[in-house]
Amino acid sequence: MKRALWVLAVLLSHWRRHGMQFATLLIGLIAATALWSGVQAINQQARNAYDRAAATFGGVRTAMLVAPNAATFPQELFVKLRRAGWPVSPVLEGRVQINGRSLRLLGIEPVTLPVDVGNAPRLGASDLSSFVAPPGQTLVAKETLTDLQETEGAAPQISNGAKLPPLRVLPQLVPDVLVVDIGVAQKLLSKPDQVSRLLIGKPKGKPAPLASVVGEQLQRVEPTAETELERLTDSFHLNLTAFGLLSFFVGLFIVNSAVGLAFEQRLPMLRTLRACGASARLVNTVLVIELVALALVAGLIGLVCGYFIAAALLPDVAASLRGLYGAQIPGQLSLRPEWWLAGIGISVAGALVAAATSLIKAIRMPVLATAQPRAWQQRQRRWLILQSLAACAVFAVAVLLLYYGQSLIAGFGVLAALMLGAALILPAFLDIILLVGQRTARGPIALWFWADSRQQLSGLSLALMALMLALAVNVGVSTMVETFSRTFIGWLNGRLAADVYISASDNAQGVAIRNWLKERSEVQAILSGGRAEAQIQGQPVELLGLPDHALYRERWPLLETAPRAWTQLVPGNAAFISEQLSRRLNVRVGDVIEVPAPGGAWELDIVGIYADYGNPKGQLAVNVAALIRHFPQTPQTRIGLIVAHDKIPGLIAALQKQFALDDRSVADQATVKAESIRIFNRTFAVTSALNAFTLGVAGIALLTSLLTLANSRLPQLAPLWAVGLTRPRLAAIELTKTLSVALFTALLAVPLGLLVAWCLIAIVNVKAFGWRLPFHVFPLQLIELVAVALLASLLAALLPMLRLARMQPANLVKVFANER
Amino acid sequence: MLSIRNLSKTFSSAGEPVHVLRGVDLDLKAGERVALTGESGSGKSTLLHLIAGLDAADSGTIRLEDTEVTKLSDAGRAELRRDRIGLVFQQFNLIPSLSVADNLAFQARIAGRHDAAWSKELIERLGLGDLLKRYPEQLSGGQQQRVAIGRALATKPSLLLADEPTGNLDEDTAEDVLALTRDLVARTGCGFLMVTHSLHLAATLDRHLTLHAGRIA
Repeated sequence: MKRALWVLAVLLSHWRRHGMQFATLLIGLIAATALWSGVQAINQQARNAYDRAAATFGGVRTAMLVAPNAATFPQELFVKLRRAGWPVSPVLEGRVQINGRSLRLLGIEPVTLPVDVGNAPRLGASDLSSFVAPPGQTLVAKETLTDLQETEGAAPQISNGAKLPPLRVLPQLVPDVLVVDIGVAQKLLSKPDQVSRLLIGKPKGKPAPLASVVGEQLQRVEPTAETELERLTDSFHLNLTAFGLLSFFVGLFIVNSAVGLAFEQRLPMLRTLRACGASARLVNTVLVIELVALALVAGLIGLVCGYFIAAALLPDVAASLRGLYGAQIPGQLSLRPEWWLAGIGISVAGALVAAATSLIKAIRMPVLATAQPRAWQQRQRRWLILQSLAACAVFAVAVLLLYYGQSLIAGFGVLAALMLGAALILPAFLDIILLVGQRTARGPIALWFWADSRQQLSGLSLALMALMLALAVNVGVSTMVETFSRTFIGWLNGRLAADVYISASDNAQGVAIRNWLKERSEVQAILSGGRAEAQIQGQPVELLGLPDHALYRERWPLLETAPRAWTQLVPGNAAFISEQLSRRLNVRVGDVIEVPAPGGAWELDIVGIYADYGNPKGQLAVNVAALIRHFPQTPQTRIGLIVAHDKIPGLIAALQKQFALDDRSVADQATVKAESIRIFNRTFAVTSALNAFTLGVAGIALLTSLLTLANSRLPQLAPLWAVGLTRPRLAAIELTKTLSVALFTALLAVPLGLLVAWCLIAIVNVKAFGWRLPFHVFPLQLIELVAVALLASLLAALLPMLRLARMQPANLVKVFANER
Repeated sequence: MLSIRNLSKTFSSAGEPVHVLRGVDLDLKAGERVALTGESGSGKSTLLHLIAGLDAADSGTIRLEDTEVTKLSDAGRAELRRDRIGLVFQQFNLIPSLSVADNLAFQARIAGRHDAAWSKELIERLGLGDLLKRYPEQLSGGQQQRVAIGRALATKPSLLLADEPTGNLDEDTAEDVLALTRDLVARTGCGFLMVTHSLHLAATLDRHLTLHAGRIA
């Protein structure tokens, strides 16, 4: 034990004398752990939120009975089932509007509520009476209370004029949900004696068969492990995980180069240790212990950094998830012990993987080393060939996945294979470019420049791979975001056809506003819309009512259309379908779709497909009058106006004054557009942040590799200095060499990045969101990214170059003094 | 104390076998000081490395006191070096990140045989008292070699092996360092086998052997 401690003390003494190298190793491990753990923390937070949502008084985590057409059914069935021994509890669900804001209303029956409905919030016995007895209570999450700008005890009015029971905060509840007693819900939703579903608890005995009690009026739905929301958001989290993983690997590149340098520098020390009688097993064991100890320390620091990264990114991620999927994620981070343990584990595992080659070298190292540079060079060449063959195999896998893969995972698989293959083949590509340079070089310095760059390549290749991957991801993601942004803005210009948008607080106010507007001369057209919700093939679908107006025909963008589509829409038996819903349901133009409506099934011919970017729900656009006929409960509170442009501010002011509408209830087109673009930009803020992180870590990887090489390159540079090249000139040549290889790498990263963008747009987005964007290339953006890469390389190369330019001649002379 | 019989070693260079040692026989008594000379490539360093267990022989035997070195495993050879052999190299091979004091104590500590009084005596005899806090890079070649000798003798080994210990030193310093080594070897009573190119220095030891064409001439 004492012997091991002595060997450990000797090994650690190396770091004391090489502080910069020690810092590099720690930075690599910390960066890798922090970015990976940060992303995992965000994912965990989101999953916890989905669990809460799924368990809200019997979500999909609870077995339940529903009507086959997904509509409501009579409460009488509940009574029959209870009498037959079924431990069921009724729930009525609907949507209400408060000040133009749509919220989910859940009516529950707390006495019969099964105790095993997941981790649903529970009502204590003392709270039960105040929840049930008049005036009752409306349970809400704290976030909902804040959003409604209300306080506990307030009783807000909903759009039909009825008042909710007083609000009370239940912390475990998900946002945007109001929970009331089922009797209250039946009144508020105007559905007396109606129930949406029956939650099933654990039966005490064997109840009578379902069919014998209710016939075929109800069907059993088993609990599912994954909710619709989880399925939809899988892609987003996979995306984040991919970014985290990429940053993790780039961080490991840094660790690899730092450990590699330390190993090279400690080689004589290791040999001396062995010569002094420390056994190979002891030295190797202590090397591993040292690495694990460093990984533990760096892992802990990385976890703390990861926590702060997650906390900083969480609001943007929450905005993205809300914007893209309608998922509600609390903005405050809470982490489980598993996260801390996994973070430490990944740090240790990462350090061992990154140091594996050095450790294997140490284990295989003979006490007497023979310098065989020629043999080493040949080995490098063999590696280059093997690496290129592996790259070809990985590219083949990418092609196979592209042709045969159907899932989102396969899409990400194509991306991963593409990037791995490109990284593996990069050294061979660069070697060919440098060889061409060497063959065409004139003059001794130029010849040396190219030949030495080739020799340097093996030491730099890992860092260059990291730089290329980071750049390619940046090019890919930036192209995708820019494409999305331009398509989205173009689409928004078409979709926001009206000049002014009004959201009345209830139907009565809607009627009053419409009547008032009819008297206003500046109003050229009143476009009344409406929205209702239905379930098609078990998926929530939004029904959007469009008025019959020429403006829509001119400006509403359609991706595919049947002849005279707009005319077919007017009678009410045709619909346009959103692109994502058409993909999800596999419905094309010419197909027929059946919508369960309160009055019975509504058959609709699909006559057009339209883009509906950013909407988490599938959507069907129908004629508004037909929508109200089939869904009489549709709130008629949405109004669009066509107004002469110079009259808009005056009209809005008059509307606000006349009907006491706030800014959220009436807005002009420019305001709505600006808000939409703001939400869009926030949605991709997290992507930009992760992009910047990845590029930053790649820059550090390049810096560490250059520092590593700088130390071992003196024997190559000293002879040139000896034959008359000045130190500043040598430094300038070294800088040019670094920038040249970085430029070649960046230029190779551009086509790879565009391929990544194509994969994201044509495969991943389609599978994840259901929409496909047109592919655009933005040359200025590409030039900017190449410039950023060169700047990062310049910054990384500057420190070692300055050191070289200022190096004391005595250090260069030492090279010759030590020659053996 | 050291007995070598019919020792052979062959290396491969560019695919061709090179017979470095072709049946070496050598005996060294306790306290005896022997110089080994020979032209470059004659196998002097190889012989020293085989005795120290840094490399394994192809055939033949090496016996140090009661131990047959050629039959030891890698771990056994490491133990032998740690406890019973002192090694001095031409390149000093000090640990650059440790101070002189730590370098001196290093081998004795990992052998678990640190003797403070002997250590103090070594420091005094080697004239290293003022240099204990310095690092190897801050020392001259002669000073570094004195530290290496101190480290090798700190465990009071049975055999001290030195591979061109004065090869990197000027003539005066080389003589001083060798004189010190001779004194310390006499003080400990260990055997001493030194590889050198210098016939002058070889003549200062008890016996002088020459290795030629892989055999002791």
